[in-house]
Amino acid sequence: MALKIVKGSIDRMFDKNLQDLVRGIRNHKEDEAKYISTCIDEIKQELKQDNIAVKANAVCKLTYLQMLGYDVSWAAFNIVEVMSSSKFTYKRIGYLAASQCFHESTDVIMLTTNQIRKDLSSPNQYDTGVALTGLSCFVTPDLARDLANDIMTLMSHTKPYIRKKAVLIMYKVFLKYPESLRPAFPRLKEKLEDPDPGVQSAAVNVICELARRNPKNYLSLAPLFFKLMTSSTNNWVLIKIIKLVSCFCVVKYLGLLAMSKILKTHPKSVQSHKDLILQCLDDKDESIRLRALDLLYGMVSKKNLMEIVKKLMLHVDKAEGTTYRDELLTKIIDICSQSNYQYITNFEWYISILVELTRLEGTRHGHLIASQMLDVAIRVKAIRIFAVAQMATLLDNAHLLTGNMQRNGICEVLYAAAWICGEFSEHLENPMQTLEAMLRPKVATLPGHIQAVYVQNAAKLFSTVLKSQEGSTEGTAAQETSQLMIDRLPLFVQSANLEVQERASCILQLVKYIQKLQQKEVEVAEEVSALFAGELNPVAPKAQKKVPVPEGLDLDAWINEPPSESESEDEQPKAIFAKEEPKHSRSRHTEVDEKELARRREARKQEQANNPFYIKASPSSQKVYQESPGVEHIPVVQIDLTVPLKVPGLPMSDQYLKLEEERRQKERADKKKKEKKKRKEKRSGRGRRHDSGPESEEDITPAHMVDIVTEEMPEMCLTLNHKVCDIQGNLQDGSQVVVSVIFENKCDSLLKSMEFNVLDSLNSKLQRPEGSGPHDGFTVPFQLPPGVSNEARLVFTVQSIVMPQKMKGTLTFIVKNEDSSIHEKLDFKLHFTCTSYLITTPCYSDAFAKLLESGDLKCSSVRLEEVNMPFHHLLARICFHHHFSVVERIDSCASMYSRSIQGHHVCLLVKTSGQTVSIDAKCDEPTLLGNVLDEIKQTFSQC
Amino acid sequence: MIRAILIFNNHGKPRLSKFYEHYTEDTEQQIIRETFHLVSKRDENVCNFLEGGMLIGGSDYKLIYRHYATLYFVFCVDSSESELGILDLIQVFVETLDKCFENVCELDLIFHVDKVHNILAEMVMGGMVLETNMNEIIMQVDAQNKMEKSETFIFQSTRQDR
Repeated sequence: MALKIVKGSIDRMFDKNLQDLVRGIRNHKEDEAKYISTCIDEIKQELKQDNIAVKANAVCKLTYLQMLGYDVSWAAFNIVEVMSSSKFTYKRIGYLAASQCFHESTDVIMLTTNQIRKDLSSPNQYDTGVALTGLSCFVTPDLARDLANDIMTLMSHTKPYIRKKAVLIMYKVFLKYPESLRPAFPRLKEKLEDPDPGVQSAAVNVICELARRNPKNYLSLAPLFFKLMTSSTNNWVLIKIIKLVSCFCVVKYLGLLAMSKILKTHPKSVQSHKDLILQCLDDKDESIRLRALDLLYGMVSKKNLMEIVKKLMLHVDKAEGTTYRDELLTKIIDICSQSNYQYITNFEWYISILVELTRLEGTRHGHLIASQMLDVAIRVKAIRIFAVAQMATLLDNAHLLTGNMQRNGICEVLYAAAWICGEFSEHLENPMQTLEAMLRPKVATLPGHIQAVYVQNAAKLFSTVLKSQEGSTEGTAAQETSQLMIDRLPLFVQSANLEVQERASCILQLVKYIQKLQQKEVEVAEEVSALFAGELNPVAPKAQKKVPVPEGLDLDAWINEPPSESESEDEQPKAIFAKEEPKHSRSRHTEVDEKELARRREARKQEQANNPFYIKASPSSQKVYQESPGVEHIPVVQIDLTVPLKVPGLPMSDQYLKLEEERRQKERADKKKKEKKKRKEKRSGRGRRHDSGPESEEDITPAHMVDIVTEEMPEMCLTLNHKVCDIQGNLQDGSQVVVSVIFENKCDSLLKSMEFNVLDSLNSKLQRPEGSGPHDGFTVPFQLPPGVSNEARLVFTVQSIVMPQKMKGTLTFIVKNEDSSIHEKLDFKLHFTCTSYLITTPCYSDAFAKLLESGDLKCSSVRLEEVNMPFHHLLARICFHHHFSVVERIDSCASMYSRSIQGHHVCLLVKTSGQTVSIDAKCDEPTLLGNVLDEIKQTFSQC
Repeated sequence: MIRAILIFNNHGKPRLSKFYEHYTEDTEQQIIRETFHLVSKRDENVCNFLEGGMLIGGSDYKLIYRHYATLYFVFCVDSSESELGILDLIQVFVETLDKCFENVCELDLIFHVDKVHNILAEMVMGGMVLETNMNEIIMQVDAQNKMEKSETFIFQSTRQDR
């Protein structure tokens, strides 16, 4: 016994505890490593002893040395020994050492399973606690599997201290042994509502970590989290929940969905989140990516289009899986082409984007890119040079596109490339090279329809090449070109595709013939190029409506005589002027005979003939009004079929073609001008009439005002004021309308080379100087120094005057600064109202009455409410703005008259009672009447 | 998740290292050295967050640290943790140490790293935050220390009995 005590004290004398070790190391700064190695030897000795206190002390020191970087795994077994001590003090030292140096490949771990199980079920909560803490650091799949049930039981332990540790360690168990998640989850969910905040917090922690890996599965917990968020006072829990909610994708999705709704009403507030939306393109969830794409579609503007597309292009490069990438591609094209390329300011950029897109591997949307290339090249004239150059490069490098069978879809762009190079071959820098590229043997591997286009356009190129070569001195070069065609074309003649075969053989024969002529030294280039003369124009989908009906076909003629009953029904006479002339309307009502029918049909035809939106009927002349003096027949509308179809509704995309830099420069300049341009002036000038009637001396000669509606063009630095100052009724060739346009330069630079052009409609045409084509503009015969205004007169030919007309036009001009000059454009609309075709003509009351009784006039009426002006002012206003003259005035009732330049009579009966004015009107042209009344109504609604 | 908790002094000497992932001892030392390099060259008036530590985790991970007198407390965490939450946790940790050691200084940590580990074990478990309430932490630490003392007393008394 005494010996033991002595031995024990000796042991303790030799024992160095942790503090001694630390102190010793600090005292041996010079030879730290050597000192530590002697310490480790001591520790090894200590570990060999039976005394658990000594072993625990040694393990404690090892834990410290481990921190300094010494490998202590050799003592793993001793650590397990210390862990299994019944004393908490030693147990804790053991578990700490284990947590610092055990890992999955530590083999003694498998010896610990039972010990840990025993500790977990210890009556002492701190034994359980250190076991859980230690286990959380070195749990292996085996341990997790074996201990999952024990830990799950601990989740419902009576002590919250154990519960929270058990809940938290479950996450580690799930990681190592995923099968445990399903059975444990209900209990875990239960712990979210544990009375102890620490346990709650642990449960939130675990669920947040789980949800980070797979948010969707935990969506059902959202209401519970929301409840916690409002009730919990624990900051840590709150932070975790907020983190969690933000990773529920559904929140993202709902957010994007909400944004798309906000976008419709408040686009600006959404546009500021552009970067966030772009980030969503990286989301794992495809539905979120697609939502984000949809949003982008809605939020592009001229300013951010390039930026957004640039980012989308990056995503195209990164995108995994062709489906999503194809979706991106179509969206890029959709975004760029929406509303007729509304947001594209630089088409060179757009072409480059399209060309870049062709480098995509394996896309299905080659045809889409191709159609865009064609569309842009055809519609944006100014881009053609650039487009042709790009397409020539594409053709040259066709092998890159076709080299891989996988990329088949993309070879569709060669269709577009070939067509563009052929059609606009005059812009080619080196047509010969492109021609050779198009006749490479490799072309024969392309799909048939593309080969066909290749062959056809090779012919176009051939003509261009011939032209240039014959122009030069070398006569043999042209012959060599023909020889090239003859050499290469037979390849296509053998094609299995009929279309290719046919075109190739045709062209081959043609070239052979050309070669014969060349050998006789005949100049052929002119004639060859005549084959492809003329320009192909874009045709709008509704263009068919404008195609005239062939002569002799009357679409309105009855095939059978219609049943008279239905006829009388659709021509219910309206009781206008009914009170004044009851007899008249009654007689119309009863006499629906054959004659009347024929007359009405005639009238309808006439109406249709005058309506520019109607297809013109037979060339038979139509009467306007028999009694009108000097009035002859309405002219036959002859449509010149050689003139290509013009589609007035087609927007000119040219206006967007500007270099980005130039645009910015303009924007800068624009800011200075902003104030000036805001006040757009309208001046009403005075009209002069050549066929001046007796009242031409009248003081208030009505101005024939025509508004120019300038389209949204921020770069505008010039105002246009114009008015129709001269209307000449000439019924032999339709009517000529002289429009005077005042150009006012409001910027600080000289404007020159102004060219005024409008898109002719079938009804109205600008009269152009002799010898110029139908698309040529009218060159304004002056320059405008800053601040100066001047007037130009333009003559329009108007066929029908019964409808108001809006003509779209463009003014191009050069802005000249000291150092540079910029080509500028201004889009506008000319508005010809029906009123402007009316001429103030006097009429005597008896002639007026006769006119009304004649029964040839159609009635219509309009009611004006809340007109707050004396009656004579009202009449003066109608006279001034709408060119009427007063025939007779009795109290609050007046009759008025006017005549159109084509001789239509317009009669008004204006009555007023209080603030209500009723206007009953008659005219031999109901469409004209309706429009004039609308315009009168408009006048009074503005005052 | 917290990947690692390191305490080192102004010279980079480790005072506590707790890794919640397994690394070899060499790698651990390298991490401590590099972290010290990253953190120590930053001014006092710059922010307490550092992204993209090369050794631990990569881009999803960041270092959140505080500098108290001679010691740096560095937590390496992934994106699931809130930066401010962790800063607060460091503060709780330091205040707890201060309470447990009564005016804690570097020497306390040098000589009683085992105690620091025991305190930390009540706050962070297996890389997850266990408790943020300082009173609760101190209470549990004290209870365990009391238990340890009673055991030592029994141990010593049994010895003396013999």
